[in-house]
Amino acid sequence: MEQLVQKPLVAQSSNLKEPSPRASRRENHGLRDFHWRQRFREGAIHVFLAVNGYLAIVLIGLIFLFLFKEGFHALQTIKPMQWIGNKTLDFDGREVFSFVWQPLSNTPKYSLLPLLSGSFLVALPATFFSTLIGIGCGVYLAELASQRTREILKPIVELLAGIPTVVIGFLALSVLATLVQNFFHTHFRLNAFVGALGVSLVIIPVIASMTEDALRAVPNELREASYGLGATRWETLSKVILPAGVSGISASILLGMGRALGETMIVLMATGNAALFTGNIFSSVRTMTATIASELGSSAQGSEIYYALFFVGSVLFTITFFINLISEVVVERMRRRLRL
Amino acid sequence: MNTAAAIQSDPCKIEVKSLQYFYGKEQALFDVSMSIPDKQVTAIIGPSGCGKSTLIKAINRIGEISSDIRIKGDVLIDDASVYGKSVNLVELRRRVGMVFQKPNPFPKSILENVLFGPKLHGVSDRGRLEEIAENSLKKAALWNEVKDKLSKSAMELSGGQQQRLCIARALAVDPEVLLMDEPCSALDPIGTAKIEETIESLQSQYCIVIVTHNMQQAARVSRSTAFFMKGKIIEYDETEKIFTTPAEKLTEDYITGRFG
Ligand SMILES: Nc1ncnc2c1ncn2[C@@H]1O[C@H](COP(=O)(O)OP(=O)(O)OP(=O)(O)O)[C@@H](O)[C@H]1O
Ligand SMILES: [Mg+2]
Repeated sequence: MEQLVQKPLVAQSSNLKEPSPRASRRENHGLRDFHWRQRFREGAIHVFLAVNGYLAIVLIGLIFLFLFKEGFHALQTIKPMQWIGNKTLDFDGREVFSFVWQPLSNTPKYSLLPLLSGSFLVALPATFFSTLIGIGCGVYLAELASQRTREILKPIVELLAGIPTVVIGFLALSVLATLVQNFFHTHFRLNAFVGALGVSLVIIPVIASMTEDALRAVPNELREASYGLGATRWETLSKVILPAGVSGISASILLGMGRALGETMIVLMATGNAALFTGNIFSSVRTMTATIASELGSSAQGSEIYYALFFVGSVLFTITFFINLISEVVVERMRRRLRL
Repeated sequence: MNTAAAIQSDPCKIEVKSLQYFYGKEQALFDVSMSIPDKQVTAIIGPSGCGKSTLIKAINRIGEISSDIRIKGDVLIDDASVYGKSVNLVELRRRVGMVFQKPNPFPKSILENVLFGPKLHGVSDRGRLEEIAENSLKKAALWNEVKDKLSKSAMELSGGQQQRLCIARALAVDPEVLLMDEPCSALDPIGTAKIEETIESLQSQYCIVIVTHNMQQAARVSRSTAFFMKGKIIEYDETEKIFTTPAEKLTEDYITGRFG
């Protein structure tokens, strides 16, 4: 095939001083053929990857749309005030303003406050514990551990992130709850604190590995500069490396908090699931996620409670969306600051 | 190896004694001996990978922070071994400042960069700190360009300014020796000229060792020059002699660009 194309080509070009347009087209033929095939292949790969990339955006957009569309239905029948609290009669027949989530009572009550307080009463302490341990772990892995130790420790930390949450929930419910009760003599065996401990187990690896990444991204030149000026290991860590990695670390904390707010199975199993509006960390609580998970399946599609649960979902989505957005911005700022 | 009597007669600051340097199993320096005089500039030249950086990193022991290394032989500063058991690394590195190949300012303000060292070493008086900052920046020929924006981030400076900031930062801890590893490799001719001026103005006060790939630069700034190849010192003599009448064929081939 190639020879067929090339043979007349040689003969022709030796006859003509300037190749005719036709000849030059011929001359390019093999090359152009290859060119087109390559163009096509690369184009196809490009399209395939682009579709995958945009698919993520489209999916998020669809979820967003669906969630908010359904959530907005709830706004048509449930008044803004009702999301906060309801007037109810207490035992003496006096009218009081109460904050309860009881969508199934005769007069359904949709106060979001117990769910919000429940979510944050779990997520904030969980973020706090995992920040302490996760950052410690990340700093150790990135800066202090020897090569050997790191090679052993890191997979173990990552393994922790891979444990099914139902297993952690089970552990929290059976072991942690007992320990906490024995130690703090709590009134409720299952409470926000137990839930927070359980959730921490999932968040610690997130924060640890992101902290490690952030510190490893700090250029080695900065370490050399610091040691070169006579800094000790601790001075280098505290005055150069941690400040340089601080945005990445903060981002990991925010991301961890987003995960904590969205965590469902562990809180469903370990927090006692009583929708109480409280600030007491040793009280049973119920988070937004647990509420949706436990009630949506048993509510009729299109009912008021069905839409109300979607509204709860929209609120949760909005909160975690903004937390993640902030953490993205923070990481971007770090990149620019370090010129990575 | 050839060492002129002139170099040996100058007061010696750093004495490298039969130094062998190993990265793990790989040997990077073979039996290197040279005495580096005080209060002048000594250049180190040689093809890439010949061990120039290794040698100067051996002097302030910065090589060992990121690699697993082993040495034989010794390095003496003012007749005291830097590899002795009781050596205080903090003190050693305060006395031996280093400027790296790539400008590496901290992502902090210009002032914080300069004062990083002095603060580490316990200077806390504000007046004194301001004085140190101004003096160091002046010595590094950067003061006029940055005096109105000391609190700006060092990352906003140009490459050449960053490198002079790194010089100022090294000078701020009042070192006796200044090691410079290709300080101009990332700079344009103007930045290079500025750094060379800076080096010239500093040479009467410090023992300066500069690694460079630039023959003209070595010829311009240094009093003596050492030529290295494959981890060995080939020739070490007064710069003028090295560049006009080298004793070794290898040196001549290298400086005339016959290999490199
Ligand atoms: N951290 C390290 N670990 C292992 N080997 C190293 C390390 N640093 C340098 N080497 C090796 O030691 C030898 C000398 O390297 P060195 O960096 O001192 O060369 P150089 O003369 O500074 O070169 P260049 O001009 O390219 O900077 C090289 O063979 C290099 O591969
Ligand atoms: Mg080098």
